Amino acid sequence: MPRKKKDVESQESGQSEAVEQVETPKEAPQEAAPVDAVPEVKQLDKTQFSRERMESIQHYVYKQVSSVVFGVLSPKMIKKMASAKIVTPELYDKEGYPVDGGLMDVRLGVIDPGLRCKTCGSKLKECIGHFGYIELARPVIHVKFARIIHLLLRATCKECSRLMIHPDKWGKAKSHLEKIEREEGPEARRIAVKALIEGGRLGGKCPHCKAKQVKVSIEKPTTFMEADRRISPIEVRARLEKIPDEDIELWGLNPKTARPEWMVMTILAIPPVTVRPSITLETGERSEDDLTHKLGDIVRINQRLFENINAGAPEIIIEDLWDLLQYHVTTFFDNSIAQLPPARHRSGQPLKTITERIKSKEGRIRHNLAGKRTNFCARTVISPDPMIAIDEVGVPKVIAMKLTVPETVNEWNMAYLKKFVQNGPTAYPGSNYVVRPDGKKKRITEETKEATIEELQPGYVVERHLMDGDIAIFNRQPSLHRMSMMCHKVRVLPGRTLRLNPAVCNPYNADFDGDEMNLHIPQTEESRAEAEILMEVQTQLISPRYGLSVIGCIQDAISGNYLLSKVKEMPIERACALLAAVGVTDFSRITGKKKVSGKDVFSALIPQDFDYQGQSRTGEPVVIKKGQLVEGTIDTKAIGGEGEGLLLRNLHKQYGPERTIKMLHQIFRLGIEHLFHSGFSTGIADEDLPSEAREQIDQLLRQAEEDVAQMIALFQKGELEVFPGRTMRETLELKILERLNKARNGCGQIIKGFVNDENQAAVMILSGARGSILSLIQMSACVGQQAMRGKRIEKGYRGRTLSCFKDGDLSPEARGFIMHSFKQGINPKEFFFQAITGRDALMDTALRTPKSGYLYRRLANAMQDLKVEYDGTVRDASGRIIQFSYGEDGVDVARSESGKINVKRIVDGEE
Amino acid sequence: MATTFDVSKHVLVPKHAKVGEKELKEVLDKFGIEVENLPRIFLKDPALESLDVKEGDVVKVIRKSATAGEAVFYRRVAA
Repeated sequence: MPRKKKDVESQESGQSEAVEQVETPKEAPQEAAPVDAVPEVKQLDKTQFSRERMESIQHYVYKQVSSVVFGVLSPKMIKKMASAKIVTPELYDKEGYPVDGGLMDVRLGVIDPGLRCKTCGSKLKECIGHFGYIELARPVIHVKFARIIHLLLRATCKECSRLMIHPDKWGKAKSHLEKIEREEGPEARRIAVKALIEGGRLGGKCPHCKAKQVKVSIEKPTTFMEADRRISPIEVRARLEKIPDEDIELWGLNPKTARPEWMVMTILAIPPVTVRPSITLETGERSEDDLTHKLGDIVRINQRLFENINAGAPEIIIEDLWDLLQYHVTTFFDNSIAQLPPARHRSGQPLKTITERIKSKEGRIRHNLAGKRTNFCARTVISPDPMIAIDEVGVPKVIAMKLTVPETVNEWNMAYLKKFVQNGPTAYPGSNYVVRPDGKKKRITEETKEATIEELQPGYVVERHLMDGDIAIFNRQPSLHRMSMMCHKVRVLPGRTLRLNPAVCNPYNADFDGDEMNLHIPQTEESRAEAEILMEVQTQLISPRYGLSVIGCIQDAISGNYLLSKVKEMPIERACALLAAVGVTDFSRITGKKKVSGKDVFSALIPQDFDYQGQSRTGEPVVIKKGQLVEGTIDTKAIGGEGEGLLLRNLHKQYGPERTIKMLHQIFRLGIEHLFHSGFSTGIADEDLPSEAREQIDQLLRQAEEDVAQMIALFQKGELEVFPGRTMRETLELKILERLNKARNGCGQIIKGFVNDENQAAVMILSGARGSILSLIQMSACVGQQAMRGKRIEKGYRGRTLSCFKDGDLSPEARGFIMHSFKQGINPKEFFFQAITGRDALMDTALRTPKSGYLYRRLANAMQDLKVEYDGTVRDASGRIIQFSYGEDGVDVARSESGKINVKRIVDGEE
Repeated sequence: MATTFDVSKHVLVPKHAKVGEKELKEVLDKFGIEVENLPRIFLKDPALESLDVKEGDVVKVIRKSATAGEAVFYRRVAA
């Protein structure tokens, strides 16, 4: 920092709350530049700080923060860094000008535009503000240090203020404590000190002066008691002052930066006005910041206390005022202490003081430091568009005209960029701003655009509207894995929603019931290149979690391909129409054949050197030979997403991400297109059962009921065969559950025998597109047993679930078995049982979601700085090894096949 | 505490072995670290009972791993 010539102020400056120790190369070591060396700055020549000069210096000013020290402000330090002493609670005089020595004193910084700071002479935004101070009439305890003070008071002798560890054990204690601090941190050290003192106690006497000790207790938040006597802050401070530096060091504080007596304040630092700016309402009224209000209270009470002390008021009055001062200072630091009533506004809402500003989700750390807001981003509702490519995102025109991409003007693109300026901000591919080489930004308007075009020359930057093909980062919260943020190519579309291809719903976990998503536009070439290479949808096809495709066909695309692959024959015209709609223009794969089957059409999308052998969901083989689907039906097992589509995975393996994503898009479209041609819809009729089936099901359920009745009879006679380790009652429950479950599964078998591809609900289920066989059973055959915690329903009255059953009735009907189907309709008793489990499930999800979210947050925060180093080890930020080899085998799941890396293919090339 | 049971014989306890000076140097060189950067294991850890180790030694743990078959971990013995 060459500008500050005389800032050699080592060691002592280490007393400010967070001092940067700046290491300047080739200068005397251990020079500490204080963050805010107030007195010096005042004497400097102001012209030296002109903008040009600052910028020219900036290039070769080199400094590196070697360490940051946290400590406690000493009264001396507070006085030194203060530029004003505050004596009056008034803020402004009659003219509305800040009072000298008031809380808004002009020496504390500027918050009004146009004014100059009285301390440093710089303008608003340049001046960061300056501290002031109040001389407190009586010392007060700093709440945030009350705990440390308490521990120290207990650890030291009340008479001689030495740390109560025997001088002989001093050396041993030191090494012991240092080790603990190194391994577990300073907090553990202090606990260890306590244990040492208690262990070495000799009848409650100080090992140094043999004085008898009395236990000091704390009455929260800031009162200390010794037996039944209150220790005043003055006395506390006196005791802390007497503790020798060595003792403090042994206890676990650095006496250079944090003498314990500084924790009892005699002087209070007043934060600069820039920290607590007042706001001017539309009415012209000034509204002060909460901190200013609180400080006003402190100053007011402090003045009164001074006056009363000087006037020689009775001790009780002084004590009362002192306590009040303590309260105000305490709430100034923390207004949410359990034992204290929070200080409030006149409206009754609690004041936001220093701790509230920092703490919790809306506090400075989580809200402004860990999370920030950005420009060049958009957020709206999303909707599906299967016609755009998988790696595209549909951006509404209105958004495209607000988001811009900077393009630097050069000789060759000048004419091209001029067109954007010509169009201005209102016509579509236009532009909003032009940036001059000196960094000045100029808005383009209808009036100025002609002049701007004239002005344009190489080196200028035009911020043009978003256009097709631009790079964007698309994201949906919660961003739980890396596929939650992917890079897409922009496609400007009419409408007001962001559009995405339904195939990428999976990685984002998005649906269209009102979900919103965010879009970010990278602004530099580097960021665009990085986004494209690292985050593009293609690169995220294979999940690092299970090494299979996360992106795949969903819903209609699956049922469509399923039905298509079952089509035996179709007119050649229709086959061509299908392929044309999908974007295939080369029909040579299907022409020349006499009969065209659905499989042939599907095969036209597959490369001709592709071989695949897999299974369908039913376990039948699916065979592709030389790009021709010879056998089997296509379903989720082949083309589905979320770790199901093995065909996709094999395509990826053989042809790389680019081609796979193209083929996936075509397969997706083919499925939908086939449904467009053949029609697809489901209705309540799909849950109709032929009377034959109904009879079989009824028969099955009757049989089950009889069986259960028999079991119950056996149980009542005490003849039931008992499972090992179970009581007879438990055995009965298990047996009944098993039997009823079997009955319902039997219904499934019956239904399966009666459905065919005419039943479109069944098509969706069998292809794996949507729904399960269970839901079909529940709709058409039998809802089944309602279970809570793996048991039949037992709750309700004593020995029975509802008052309409007999006491001890164990029949399926009385314990929540629903014989009817949803289509048939369920009776009131069954309805009640269903409501029980329904509510239980609802509560369960409502309670579980936030809980697992918090668990995840904790995990993510704990592991966020773990990283795989180049040597394959997993290490944390401080270089400690967590795993000696990533995942113990050092294999990237997304780039391996069943845990092995195929070196040959990498060597051979292919992507 | 009198030990009646040797934990190192238990199926769920992975094999622990003391790392010799030469091997230790190799390991540290391989990862470019100091002994302090290794994960810790307490001296009082039951698995170390049958080993002749003292504080500061390095122990090698050979675990069964679902992904790699066998995975070797090194730990610094700490009190």
